Amino acid sequence: MEKLGKQTIKFNTPPSIVECASIVGPKEAQGPLSKYFDQTLDDEFWGEKTWEKAESKIIKETVNTVISKSGVPSEKIDLCFAGDLLNQCISSSFGLRELSLPLFGVFGACSTFVESMCLGAICIEGFAENVLCATSSHFCSAEKQFRFPLELGNQRPPYSQWTVTGSGAAIVSKTGQGPYITHITPGKIVDMGIKDANNMGAAMAPAFADTLISHFLDTGRNPSYYDAIISGDLGHVGKEIAIDIAKSQGYNIKPNYNDCGVLIFDKEKQDTHSGGSGCACCGTVFSGYLFKQLKEKKIKKLLLIATGALTNSTSSQQGESIPGIAHAISIEM
Amino acid sequence: MDIDWANVFNWVSLLKCFLVGGAICVVGQILIDKTKLTPARILVIFVTTGAILGGLGIYKYLVEFAGAGATVPLTGFGYNLAKGAIEGVKEAGLVGAFTGGVKASAGGIAAAVFFGYLASLISKPKMKKQ
Amino acid sequence: MNPIETKQTYQDYVDKKSPNSPIWKNCFNAFWVGGLICTIGQIIMNICKERGFDQTVSGTIVSILLIGIAAFLTGLNLFNKIGKFAGAGSLVPITGFANSIVSPAMEYKSEGYVMGVGGKMFTVAGPVLVFGISASILVGIIYLIFNTQTMTLI
Repeated sequence: MEKLGKQTIKFNTPPSIVECASIVGPKEAQGPLSKYFDQTLDDEFWGEKTWEKAESKIIKETVNTVISKSGVPSEKIDLCFAGDLLNQCISSSFGLRELSLPLFGVFGACSTFVESMCLGAICIEGFAENVLCATSSHFCSAEKQFRFPLELGNQRPPYSQWTVTGSGAAIVSKTGQGPYITHITPGKIVDMGIKDANNMGAAMAPAFADTLISHFLDTGRNPSYYDAIISGDLGHVGKEIAIDIAKSQGYNIKPNYNDCGVLIFDKEKQDTHSGGSGCACCGTVFSGYLFKQLKEKKIKKLLLIATGALTNSTSSQQGESIPGIAHAISIEM
Repeated sequence: MDIDWANVFNWVSLLKCFLVGGAICVVGQILIDKTKLTPARILVIFVTTGAILGGLGIYKYLVEFAGAGATVPLTGFGYNLAKGAIEGVKEAGLVGAFTGGVKASAGGIAAAVFFGYLASLISKPKMKKQ
Repeated sequence: MNPIETKQTYQDYVDKKSPNSPIWKNCFNAFWVGGLICTIGQIIMNICKERGFDQTVSGTIVSILLIGIAAFLTGLNLFNKIGKFAGAGSLVPITGFANSIVSPAMEYKSEGYVMGVGGKMFTVAGPVLVFGISASILVGIIYLIFNTQTMTLI
């Protein structure tokens, strides 16, 4: 493990992502990536009484799936990193309470999945054999906490995003067949003063661009090095903004860049406005779709940059702007 | 008791009601689309505007013209509160300013609370399919 | 052009880049749905009057019935669909007030009937009552002070 430039870490013995699993809700199941997920739910309650319980069940079952798929016995997992969007990360804590494994709860808003994998990879270089990384989000619990009751008859602006219901989990190990985590670039907070809590893509895009450019400067790479550069949940609006900002800084990412929030829903058919968001957006698209693309060598070099909006309803009611953050992880097969 | 259906479906009054009620809603829609106001703020603006216009004696002309087209929107709720407060003052002085408004709109408030509780007993929120 | 040069240039750039709401379509839907709700209110009111109720009682009956209908539709998970289509057309009439009380009551049922339903019922509509009632009291007091022969306000 060595530090490159200002904020990038290079792994000398790159950790391997041995297995991923994902479970998604009914709306995601109708989306274009439906066939890549391990399980799709018919009902957003999944037999539970509350949205919060349903979200915990989703992350719990996803973790169980990834453990059984990977063949790594759960006593061989040294550490878990998990987080979500609900206050004090209750869905991941409650979902993992019966797992009885050492747990670090992490919060990075929608960047949690990549944040967990960054921390997991560092632990692998240090002492650990296997690390579990998991995250979840639920449309209904997120609406309830951040916006309005579900039954309120309001209109969503066309640049608003749709929180993905689901969970993604990955096991990172010292040994494995790849794909390998070669570099990580933890991001810094970037706040360009956007206050509209409906326009998360615009709030997070500058943080994405900052991490992206730092990664290129630190590693000496350029956009064409990667087969794909994927952001977490900027959505259609944020994606356009990200391309423009990168271009203004001298990087043309347009040919190989896309966004998980754009990929997961069909904008025309599903009426999701600017696209998906939430911890599970990056979590499920990576665990379901991108991981399989890497395994099948359709993508050999991937730069995954998950973005997060570090805000809550109190701060936005107090008129604070939305600080954005983005963490990058370079994955090669 | 016989109902004179010609009076109930008085097309001229219904048309006036439809046009004024629709126009008030369009003002709200422009506020939603052109500003970033939340629904709660828009409702507050409407109820306060109605109370002020009611207090100034302007809103009653709209009510006389459009009937329910002016009383059903939340501006009408504000107007009703203000009208009640003024009537309260006429009857009981200062105390009436405090009791009149709520008294006049008690039916609506109580109905909303009661039906809200009832709905929560029998129904559960569901995910928006759209 | 560098969109992230300053916060102001970024805000301007984002405003230009973010799609606008289809305002003509929204206004048209708001107009006819809002007008229709008011017309239903007027029909109820006319029936009440034919039945011999006075103006005030008829108005109260209209409010209660429309609130009841809106609460019923909210309970059937239908009102949010109407609201998404009509926007202010269903928000501004008294139906929107009812929906904004019923929807948190249903949502917070999972936190129990006392602190959930009872406590959170007014999270959206509470401000309407606070500002509406406060404004009416102020109107009453101002009327009390200025009500002379020359300045009859109502």
